[in-house]
Amino acid sequence: MEFTLITGRTIEQGCTKEHAKLSEEYMMSVAVCEMNYEDMMRLNVRDGDNVKIKTEVGSVVVKVRRSRRIRRPGIIFIPFGPWINLILPSETEGTGMPPLKGFRVWVEPTEEPVSNIRELLLRNYGVKG
Amino acid sequence: MRVIEGVVCPFCGCCCDDLEVIVEDNRIVDVRNACALGASKFMGYSKNRNTKPLVRRNGELVEASLEDAIERCAEILANASYPLLYGWSNTSCEAIRVGLELAEEVGGVIDNTTTVCHGPSILAIQEVGIPGCTLGQIRHRADLIIYWGSNPWSAHPRHIERYTALSEGRFQRAAWKRYLSRLILESARKKRYRAASLVFKGGAAALQAAEEEERWMLPPPGERKLVVVDVQKTRSADLADIFIRVEPGGDYEVLQALRALIRDEELDVDEAAGVPVEKLEELSDLMVNARFGVLFFGLGLTMSVGRSRNIEAAIKLTRDLNRYTKFLIMPMRGHFNVTGANIVFTWQTGYPYAVDFSQGYPRYNPGETSAVDVLARGDADATLVIASDPASSFPRKAVENLTKNPLIVIDPVLTPTALMADVIIPTAFVGIEAEGTTYRMDHVPLPLKKVVEPPAGCLSDEEVLRMILGRVRKIRRSDASA
Ligand code: SF4
Repeated sequence: MEFTLITGRTIEQGCTKEHAKLSEEYMMSVAVCEMNYEDMMRLNVRDGDNVKIKTEVGSVVVKVRRSRRIRRPGIIFIPFGPWINLILPSETEGTGMPPLKGFRVWVEPTEEPVSNIRELLLRNYGVKG
Repeated sequence: MRVIEGVVCPFCGCCCDDLEVIVEDNRIVDVRNACALGASKFMGYSKNRNTKPLVRRNGELVEASLEDAIERCAEILANASYPLLYGWSNTSCEAIRVGLELAEEVGGVIDNTTTVCHGPSILAIQEVGIPGCTLGQIRHRADLIIYWGSNPWSAHPRHIERYTALSEGRFQRAAWKRYLSRLILESARKKRYRAASLVFKGGAAALQAAEEEERWMLPPPGERKLVVVDVQKTRSADLADIFIRVEPGGDYEVLQALRALIRDEELDVDEAAGVPVEKLEELSDLMVNARFGVLFFGLGLTMSVGRSRNIEAAIKLTRDLNRYTKFLIMPMRGHFNVTGANIVFTWQTGYPYAVDFSQGYPRYNPGETSAVDVLARGDADATLVIASDPASSFPRKAVENLTKNPLIVIDPVLTPTALMADVIIPTAFVGIEAEGTTYRMDHVPLPLKKVVEPPAGCLSDEEVLRMILGRVRKIRRSDASA
């Protein structure tokens, strides 16, 4: 299903981003996708299920979290972090800034697990050597 | 036990300078006055600490002496033809100054995190200028406060309390009581609806409607008003007297509509980007009638469609408003010293970010000399990352370049970027274990304090950079004479 993606800061992410980026807590705070209840019904997912987010660049698996703050259907929110950055386009349109808010993504339910940060980097960028 | 007063918080652009840190045996046991973000940094900073320099040998990161690590960094930088030096917003102005010297020496590109946060704001400011002031002025005088595309509750938690609606100014009262009584009223109303929804069928719908209702509750004239404009109802919006929901990507349209209304022009549409025109009319009245208004904008404007054009429209709106009243505008800067990075870059090179030294003189062309573009095009052949984590904040194509080419990471902690590095040099946390200067978001410089000693062997960013610069100079000189 098609959605408009918004990224941003959350206080949970802020508490761990400065000093604990490799921790489980950081992962729990950013590898999530907030969505309203109607959209969750339409996608047939429940709180805590995994979903795959796709763009032209690639795909990434994150957990669904129900949000009361997103009122309009068709919008999802994902905090800034390495998970979502994997699938962002890099065109900056002459500003030096990649698009981070308000672009199209496709979301589908999945059985695949959410990878932790080490797996995520290893799988997508390979090992250095 | 020692209480250190007047500590500046090294976390966000608010740079709160009223923190009290309690230290026992070189350990921080408590911190007062900080918000959750600041407190978590002071209390948790040493948990995931790496204190040994690491160098990659045969694919593995192994411990090395500081001298070896510095030598390896210097070799990488001296041998690269177009290195990128990126980060800077989480370190002191003193370290940034040495970084610029290093960039000039190696003929590379130096960029700070502005490039992926308020870069578009700077582009707009260079086009149309900016009417600004210090946060103290706002605290004492502002009677209309607008947050546009910014969620201070989550990203700058003490901003509202220290500088805007909830602060006690000399000429403006804090709006605490009003917000508290409103909160109590609202939760009572919601409870009533919830109870009703158990009995009547229509109750659930009424509850939904109550939750959905966009807020429009004006305080008595003369009192401070707080307006939030955003694409979703954030926690900051819960506090606001007025909340306006804009459709994603619709900010430009709404800003231009407001400009037209302020000039008393008629709009022949019913709504702009999901906002009914009557609401915009009321908002424009409020703006014109304010005695001292201020618009804070965040990444909701810089990161969505239009980018620098959104900011330009916002600044022009402020400019138009100054025909009728006093109105100011300020970007909500994220990292504690990102403003300082812009200032030191400008003072040294003439440009605030994305500076290219490859020609021997500073050149500035965001879109070409900005970090994401330099990496995504594959131009950089080595990267030094300091006090930043581009692996978490850059798009994939840019990060791929980091894994292909030599990468140096200078940071007090292990970040995802560090996992890809060839050399890692741990440093002291500036503002906790090292002194330095930082600039608040309104360009006020503040001194960061050293409250505890760093772990043995951890130098400050400034010292490490000086050592690298010294080695690079030696290598280049001996190459030149050979
Ligand atoms: S608002 Fe910002 S500067 Fe102030 S205590 Fe919180 S994180 Fe620190």
